[in-house]
Amino acid sequence: MAYTIQLIVEGFATGSIYGALALAIVLVNRSTGLINFAQGSMGVLATFVAFGLVQLGAPLLLAMLVAFVFAFVFGAGVERFVVRRFEGGDPDTAVVVTIGLFVLIAGIAALIWGYEPRQFPSLFPPQSIEILGVFISLRSVGTIVVLVAVMALLQVLFRFTKLGLAMRAVADNPQSASLSGLPVSRLLMVGWGLAAVLGALAGILVAPQLFISPTMLDFALVYALAAAILGGLDSPLGAVVAAWFIGIVENLAGAYIDFIGDDLKIAVPFIFMLVILIARPQGLFGRKVTVRI
Amino acid sequence: MSLLELEDVSASYGYAPVLHGISFGLEANRAEGILGANGAGKTTTLRAISGMVPATGRIRFDGVDILGKSPDRIARMGIAHVPEGRGTLGGLSVRDNLRIGAYQRKDRKQIDEHIEFCLDLFPNLRERISSNASALSGGEQQMLAVARAFMAQPRVILLDEASLGLAPSTAQRVYDAIRRLQTETGVAMVVVEQNASLAFSVVDHALVLETGRVSIEGPKESLMGMDEVRRAYLGG
Ligand SMILES: Nc1ncnc2c1ncn2[C@@H]1O[C@H](COP(=O)(O)OP(=O)(O)OP(=O)(O)O)[C@@H](O)[C@H]1O
Ligand SMILES: [Mg+2]
Repeated sequence: MAYTIQLIVEGFATGSIYGALALAIVLVNRSTGLINFAQGSMGVLATFVAFGLVQLGAPLLLAMLVAFVFAFVFGAGVERFVVRRFEGGDPDTAVVVTIGLFVLIAGIAALIWGYEPRQFPSLFPPQSIEILGVFISLRSVGTIVVLVAVMALLQVLFRFTKLGLAMRAVADNPQSASLSGLPVSRLLMVGWGLAAVLGALAGILVAPQLFISPTMLDFALVYALAAAILGGLDSPLGAVVAAWFIGIVENLAGAYIDFIGDDLKIAVPFIFMLVILIARPQGLFGRKVTVRI
Repeated sequence: MSLLELEDVSASYGYAPVLHGISFGLEANRAEGILGANGAGKTTTLRAISGMVPATGRIRFDGVDILGKSPDRIARMGIAHVPEGRGTLGGLSVRDNLRIGAYQRKDRKQIDEHIEFCLDLFPNLRERISSNASALSGGEQQMLAVARAFMAQPRVILLDEASLGLAPSTAQRVYDAIRRLQTETGVAMVVVEQNASLAFSVVDHALVLETGRVSIEGPKESLMGMDEVRRAYLGG
């Protein structure tokens, strides 16, 4: 029993990392209607920036902050100089462009830093704590707490600030928003910038567990995409809940279902995704859209 | 000098020319009507003013050239466009739509007062204040679109077929409110309508567009006296 609970908590923690990336995907999708396949590799790039600073002797927190600033500027720049040209056109084209970016950015990271996996320091102490006979790592607890805090911050941003209101308006209908004087292009850049910061956060949370490498977020991206779709693509809460669910299922299935093991466990969340989407095409939390014609 | 001045304005979608040298002026505190059949170029004229379609010629607002500026800049300068089809923000509540209308304003207390004014003007909206705009009826959405434009405290409102798709009594109510808005606040308006009697309840001067050109213009009384206007736009 204690082992199961431990697996669940760890699943929660891994799910929180997928959740950060899933939030980024939802944010971009809500503002520009696209799925950004480069979200993971952009996060990796920012993580490498933090890594470089740590190697130069900077404290981790400072390195992380600089990486967030870098991610924000980079994300905003990608929207402004690359994606902008394809917005409002054929969405398939834009998606292929983001896949191209994914390959390009991963390639750049590999060129600069190589593929050999290297240690990245953790934000959290390595100890575990014992609660009612269950050992839980502080890393897991910390990861979950960070994600919950991020969600709360996003909630405050979108519900209670003027910037958040403006971002929601632009996501709803950019042309109409511009008629009220909203600086639509700048707000889109802010949306992509924030998403990139979330991606960087995912990278910084994942790196200590897996070693830092250009491909470290590839699996997480696949799960995050599944979570975003499962959650309904327009629902941040839905994406995170789905990501937790995926993290837990992945962990439990890998441990308890013999023939699944490590090789097949990546497939488990997708089987769930298929089943749920067949029953609820709009996702778990997505709004059923009634179209006025 | 007019508050808003169009001089020899032409516009096209791709290679298809739609407007051929339109000129007119709008004085402060006045309302100008634009009548015309389907496809005459009324909507395109408003879009040219608010920067949504590229145009040539000259468009001046308060003495400043605005042709070529982006729609959001033109909106911030004081021109509020209520587009054909209303363009409300469907996923946002009625209140949030009104707050978006006031986006570039800083005077918070006044904003609240103006929201109250809108809710007095359109009591339907008061009951639906927390509903998403997409859940409103067509008439309520039109009211919201007009109220949202007012919230910007613009100097000119461009109104595109506010009666489109509404029952006659609803259209009448929307236009009663628009007239009240115009007389109480003195905001200048360009009113595009196919229903000329509704337009004439607000405007005192109008022009008729035919295939992208101004064919007739004049004060309301003289237009209402013309046979061709009566036949085509006043249903008799
Ligand atoms: N987005 C567009 N792309 C191409 N052509 C367009 C577009 N919008 C309008 N047109 C064409 O431009 C011409 C003028 O259209 P416009 O919408 O300005 O007319 P209108 O007077 O507003 O008509 P209605 O009363 O039907 O709204 C029409 O011939 C129309 O087919
Ligand atoms: Mg029209």
